[in-house]
Parts: sequence; C-alpha cells; structure tokens
Amino acid sequence: MNARREGEPTPMKNRTTVERKSERELVITRTFNGPARIVFEAWTKPELLKRWWAPKSTGLSLLSCEADVRVGGSYRFEFGHETSKPMAFFGRYIEVIPHSRLVWTNDESDDGAVTTVTFEEKGGKTLLVMHELYPSKEALDGAIAGMEHGMEGGMGETFAQLDELLITLGASASL
Amino acid sequence: MVQCIRPRFDASFAALSDATRRGVLEQLGRADASITELAEKFHMTLTGMKKHVGVLEQAGLVTTQKVGRVRTCKLGLRKLTEEAAWIERYHQLWDARFDELDKVVEELKRKEQVDERKKRG
Repeated sequence: MNARREGEPTPMKNRTTVERKSERELVITRTFNGPARIVFEAWTKPELLKRWWAPKSTGLSLLSCEADVRVGGSYRFEFGHETSKPMAFFGRYIEVIPHSRLVWTNDESDDGAVTTVTFEEKGGKTLLVMHELYPSKEALDGAIAGMEHGMEGGMGETFAQLDELLITLGASASL
Repeated sequence: MVQCIRPRFDASFAALSDATRRGVLEQLGRADASITELAEKFHMTLTGMKKHVGVLEQAGLVTTQKVGRVRTCKLGLRKLTEEAAWIERYHQLWDARFDELDKVVEELKRKEQVDERKKRG
C-alpha cells in the first residue's frame, strides 16, 4: 500500500483506494478530514447514511434506508436505478464498537461478503479502511464478473445493459 | 504493457506465494514461451513446469495453446483487464460516495463547533 503512494504528489483531495488484496478480499481506504466519532456517526445514523450512500453521479437513488446499528441489528437499503429494477442490499451488524469498528454481513446470497470498517483517528483526521471478505474466490470472481450480485444497486447489471444498448444502437446506425 | 500490469500482479498474486510461478508470469510478461522453454529457464522438469502452468491457467492468469507438439503459454490478459475495469468502476462508486460523505463530515464538524460555542456562551 505504501509503495503505491510513493512518488505521487500529495493531493489536496483525499484519495480513495480500492485493491484486491487476495483471492477473497477487497480493501477500500480513504482519509476523512474529521474525528472518528463524526465519521462513525455518518456511517451509523440512517438519516446521515442516506445523504451519501447513493450519490447522484452514479444514477442510483435510495428508496429506503434502514440501519439498526447494534450487534444483531439489521440493515436494509433499497435502491432504484434509471435502467434497472429496484434492488435491496441487506444484512446484519455483527460487531459494533463506537467510533472505531463496524462489521456487517451481506445476506442477499451465500456469496455475500463480510465487511469490516475501521475508523482510525490521527491528528484530527480519520483513516477509514473497509475490508470485504468473500466466502470464496469464486464469490469475489462472481461479483467481479457481475454474474450474480455484481454490485449493490446492480451496477454490474447496469453496465451489461448499457453494453447491450450500445450494440443495438450501433447496429441500427449502420443500417 | 508489462509496466501497467505489474502492480496488478502484486494484488492478484498475493495468494500465489510460489516464487517460480511469479517468475513464470514475469517471463511471460516479456514474451510468450513454450513449456519446454520455461522448464529450461527455471531448471525444472517438464512435468514440474506443467504443474505450475496448470495452476496459473486455472487461476485465469495464463492461457496456453497447443500447436503441433508445442504448447505455448501467454499471459491471461483478458481476465486481468476485466478485473481492472471492474475495480475502476467500484473505485468510482466509492469515490463518489466518499465525496458526499466528506460534505456530511464537514457539516457535522461545523455543527459541533456551534454547539460548543453555545454551551460556553
């Protein structure tokens, strides 16, 4: 991870990194300009989650957002998308340590990941590390191939539909 | 081409802790090679190299093609490229989310400061 950052200019904007760490793991990181308790709050209060989980630029819209953030509590996010059917993203919180750690399951299928988010505060900033552990290499490969549950909100499916549309448009243009 | 693939190697091959297989991939990054050539290069038996190539092939990292009596190995680029493209889309999704989250964090910070001042006030 550190090797990646070497030789790059220090950006003004905080950088998001996404890396496939192993056959079964994806790791996403980002630093936020605020204390861990505030970043944690934004991840655990539904009214705040709602404001950032479905950014407009992605074409997603959040139809509903329930999050009962305590051990054994469940969450359920329902997404709408311009071009596909509404989709639900749901599961259960299995570990909740205020201001420092959240772990939840994804129960849409047997191939769902267990996600661990840690909040590490340093000098008023918070390093967020999101670790997704899939049950098998095939589950993560499947997510990547977009065959089943490509991405919550059906992004994988959407891209597949877009590809099809482009082919159709290309075909009619050449007539 | 090799330069842009190399960083992906590190991530995708974390599970492949075998030095010979990493060597084979680097070698194939430079040029396609037959199993015989690879076996010679890595001072291995043909059978030993076949096993290593088989593992890489199963992981989708190498493709092989038999022409006549020679089996030629090359990097399984397509799969790496697909994975890189998916990771880039996933990156865009999370980057967009986190940009919005930045705004929420800023707002909560401001609110906290105002509340502090009120308390002291």
